[in-house]
Amino acid sequence: MPSSIKVNGQTHLVDADEDTPLLWVLRDILGMTGTKFGCGQALCGACTVHIDGVATRSCVTTIETIGESEVTTIEALHTMEHGKRLQDAWVELEVPQCGYCQSGQLMSAAALLAETPKPTNADIDGAMSGNICRCGTYQRIRAAIQRASA
Amino acid sequence: MATSNFNRREFLKISAAFTGGLVVNLPLGKDAIAAGSGDFVPNAFIRIDRKGLVTLVMPQVEMGQGIYTAQAMLLAEELEVALEDVKLEAAPLNEALYAHPMLRRQMTGGSTSIRAFWKPLRIAGATARIMLIEAAAKQWGVDPKTCRAEDGFVFNETNSKKLAYGELVDAAATLTPPAPEGITLKSPEKFRLLGTPAKRLDTPGKVNGSLKYGIDAAPAGVKIAAIAVSPVLGGKPRSVDEKAVLAVKGVHKIILTDSAVAVVADHTGAAKKGLEAAAIVWDNGENASVSSADIITHLDEQSRQPGAVARSEGDVDKGLAGASQRLEAVYQLPFLAHSTMEPMNCTVHVRKDGCELWVGTQNLSAAKVGVVTATGLPPEKVVINNHIVGGGFGRRLEVDGIIHAVKVAMQVDGPVKVIWSREEDIQHGYYRPYYYDRMSAGLDADGNPIAWTHRVAGSSIYARIAPAAMANGVDPDGVEGAVHPPYKFPAMHVEFKQVEPQGVLTSWWRGVGPTHNIFMVESFIDELAAAAKADPVAYRKRLLTENPRALKVLEVAAEKADWGKPVGPRQGRGVAVQFAFGSYFAMIADVTVGTDGAVRVTRIVGAVDCGLTVNPNTIAAQIEGGAIYGLTAALYGAITFKDGRVEQSNFDNYQALRIEEAPHVETHIIPSAEPPGGIGEVSTSAVFPAVTNAIFAATGYRVRTLPVNARDLQKV
Repeated sequence: MPSSIKVNGQTHLVDADEDTPLLWVLRDILGMTGTKFGCGQALCGACTVHIDGVATRSCVTTIETIGESEVTTIEALHTMEHGKRLQDAWVELEVPQCGYCQSGQLMSAAALLAETPKPTNADIDGAMSGNICRCGTYQRIRAAIQRASA
Repeated sequence: MATSNFNRREFLKISAAFTGGLVVNLPLGKDAIAAGSGDFVPNAFIRIDRKGLVTLVMPQVEMGQGIYTAQAMLLAEELEVALEDVKLEAAPLNEALYAHPMLRRQMTGGSTSIRAFWKPLRIAGATARIMLIEAAAKQWGVDPKTCRAEDGFVFNETNSKKLAYGELVDAAATLTPPAPEGITLKSPEKFRLLGTPAKRLDTPGKVNGSLKYGIDAAPAGVKIAAIAVSPVLGGKPRSVDEKAVLAVKGVHKIILTDSAVAVVADHTGAAKKGLEAAAIVWDNGENASVSSADIITHLDEQSRQPGAVARSEGDVDKGLAGASQRLEAVYQLPFLAHSTMEPMNCTVHVRKDGCELWVGTQNLSAAKVGVVTATGLPPEKVVINNHIVGGGFGRRLEVDGIIHAVKVAMQVDGPVKVIWSREEDIQHGYYRPYYYDRMSAGLDADGNPIAWTHRVAGSSIYARIAPAAMANGVDPDGVEGAVHPPYKFPAMHVEFKQVEPQGVLTSWWRGVGPTHNIFMVESFIDELAAAAKADPVAYRKRLLTENPRALKVLEVAAEKADWGKPVGPRQGRGVAVQFAFGSYFAMIADVTVGTDGAVRVTRIVGAVDCGLTVNPNTIAAQIEGGAIYGLTAALYGAITFKDGRVEQSNFDNYQALRIEEAPHVETHIIPSAEPPGGIGEVSTSAVFPAVTNAIFAATGYRVRTLPVNARDLQKV
């Protein structure tokens, strides 16, 4: 039986096994490719989305566990309270290099600011520790979060 | 690098590219695809339509290094258009138009893009500007010398009239382009873009999820395939449980190729589930017992034998015999994977009469050769849509992932996207070679080096991709950074001993040859300084008196990093100096070594002289990111083998540096009017010795084998 999931305010019927990770539903079935695949084991954070506002790794979150919860992805980040400010700070400080991990970085950062509007560097390190960037943009990520929270 | 045959002449050009040598001009032919469109197409890089929309064609692939913006800046500077008014397009596969002038292929690597395209792209921009001015001057009936171009318009100085580029395209298209050799390029004091921290043009799509990487390609009707390549190199699939695979909802097909199994499905979730159900049995072949221990033992034995001589000057035997102090050391570097954030992937649609691909690759030329070989199609029937790359680091110079995907797609009706899991990505790499180098030196009574020897032992990448380069047995990449250190020694002798590891594929990695040799050279120089009881910076300065650019970067880095100021217990500062990729660079790293042996790098200061700068912000970003990439490897990176299989699998056991471990990296750019040097890899190669030299300063323990082993540092 198709599952119903709510993404960025829209409800979709998805015909896939219930143990299918949300990541593949977003990318392959709904065509929302802003959320990235990095590791498949919740080790790198590239696939981070929000589920009811909580930063969540979509690569290990099966659709059966989502139920009525609201999924928010990078495609709707600009509509979130701190989303646009984070995006602007990312552009202003030229954070991305290859950019592949940045959807996940931004979603983790948005969840941090929702919880802690004025984070310290230690808060940032704690919240962002699960997001790997192989291009090494970490110091700019820190600075951009500070800027967006100012 | 390309897998096709290279001749000697081509090799020389490639080798020059990787060592910062000669640059060949690019043919500025017109882009065939735009012919007859009514647009003004003065050359392969520029297209201007009647509305004035300027499209710039980017020959080099963007993989985070900022080359899209830098190339656009080179074109826009001479074309006299605003950077924000241009549209960027990836160059199609067309070697006649877009081959890299130094590498002679459509490829991106070796920190060569700016060095190679610095002049040709400016000539391309200037050509168009001259033609637009000429068209306007004709229309006004004035001397072109009385006209100037600015911000997408041609202005007439005498009658104050102006015409937009879009109004001039029809007239300009009828003119004969000026001969490239007759074109005068703008002098640096007139630059309005080059040298400024222009905003990157690819950033907006990277913060809202809209930018499409190869992995995001979705041609109509695309299916997804998960793939398992033989875990042992050279192995073949023997059997699979096809029934179990096809029982998975959404799975269409299981495919066996000569070396892999793929499951094709509606989405990746089903494909992966199907692959897990396949219960693949492999024929492991002859590499089933390969182990790191055996590979290292073999390297140790072989490194005791003489190698091919790469450089020999003065009498090292005499120097060593007459030395007041003699030092010897063995240095080892591990196999390394690249672990780009975007895992290997490729989307392919094979039809009877042709083949189309969607992929992000550093090496379009090799991709084409690979597809043609696998499919038997004529080259002109292969279309490759290149994409912005989610991390290259040399991994995407190899096209094995593309070839695997084509072999799968040949058994699928319609397009199929083949995605590697992270485990496949880490376990089926072309790895940075394991190196096992022997160094020796002799010091005179004042501690100055009078003899220096360095024997590199390890796999040769050139022997595989360009065997003609090995005519005298020396791999030019294997010894880069060893044969021409920035220091002057009265006698030096450098050898290369090729030792191929059984069952392991080797290739480029960020920093290619210099990453390896600069670790060896800068570590051993530090050992010499310690033996001479000299300060590491002061000692290097003594040896750099004839190398002013190297001396300058060292002085600036030392000053900015507070070299000489006291540090706390178990803290230390380490230095490295290098000339590589056409740029001079010095780095100083501050470390703290915990009593548990954990190394924390707290600050990195870099000073670079990379000649004329295109975009200082990009330079800083590359110094920052390159340092983190190298630091990850120095602290954690090692691919090891047991029973023919890679032991690491994902980011839990092939770790990447995380934000809380990342030091602040400071970049200082030395103003310079010299030709531009490369920047993408300089700090990657410097960070290894800067950190290990800092560990020595903090603890007195000399790290000679990477990655750093915390257990060694608990005892000191």
